[in-house]
Amino acid sequence: MSRSTSNTISTPSSLNIVDRPLSKGKSEINLSSFAFLFSEMIQYCQDRIKAGHELEKKLSDMGVSVGPRVLELLVVREKNSKRETKLLGILSFIHTTVWKSLFGKQADSLEKSTEADDEYMISDNNMLVNKFISLPKNLSSLNCAAFVAGIIEGILCSAEFPARVTAHNVAVEGKKFSKTVILIKFNPEVIERNP
Amino acid sequence: MIYSLYILNKAGTLIYQNDYGPTEKLSHNAYIRLGSTFHSLHAIASNLSPAGSSSGIELIETETFKLQCFQTHTGTKFYIIADPNHPNLDETLQSIYELYTDYVLKNPFYEIEMSIRCDLFDYKLQRLLGD
Repeated sequence: MSRSTSNTISTPSSLNIVDRPLSKGKSEINLSSFAFLFSEMIQYCQDRIKAGHELEKKLSDMGVSVGPRVLELLVVREKNSKRETKLLGILSFIHTTVWKSLFGKQADSLEKSTEADDEYMISDNNMLVNKFISLPKNLSSLNCAAFVAGIIEGILCSAEFPARVTAHNVAVEGKKFSKTVILIKFNPEVIERNP
Repeated sequence: MIYSLYILNKAGTLIYQNDYGPTEKLSHNAYIRLGSTFHSLHAIASNLSPAGSSSGIELIETETFKLQCFQTHTGTKFYIIADPNHPNLDETLQSIYELYTDYVLKNPFYEIEMSIRCDLFDYKLQRLLGD
């Protein structure tokens, strides 16, 4: 009498939780929920400042604490991720991977400043965080993407590329609404070690 | 053709007004007066119903224009004045309401119940209603 050998097939449920592949997570959240939350964040900041220009600083500070968490999460989720040691590597990581996970698309462009060696610019024609925001006349130079600039600063600083990151409105020819440019100014030591 | 749009807050104060067709320009105060008058008529009309409460004025038709009103659950009123032959004013009002919820209510710099000054809202309305 022959006995068939039964192969044991391990089902996902029989695997230990630490052996299971990491879930990618739901990549999208409701835009309205985000818009209301972001709106409340801005109003919260507005109630706690004395002068208009402090608002950007407050928003940026909020972003800075988000940045390192975003970096950790993306590095864990990315396949065969390694630590970025090159300046251009981390910049393109921000331009593509970070932007895709935060906004569902790549940033529109990544450029090196023609004026300064230590400055890089990432621009986005339709910044998601500004989708519903109309600036009042007295705050026309404000860009609420200061929060995003803060996130980028948090990422860069925790990846050992210390930099100052700010958000600016730049008028585009033939368009009614300006685009957002995220200006990254690296600290001198970063430029020195990256010839 | 849509002639003009009025938005009243729940107290009956005009918070937005804009013209999209060839209409006579009035003074700022005249628009506010028109808005409050409509609000009062709307309130009276809703009390006039012989059977239970009514939703107030929804449509006024005349030979030269028609006025259609939409009231939200929070008491904000949107009314548009349009050509008498204009179809589907209901849908237009619904689209305006959508723009209001997006570009006014989600704007952190807008104070609720106050006059609406939002560039994006103006721009989207112009695209929806302007010719």
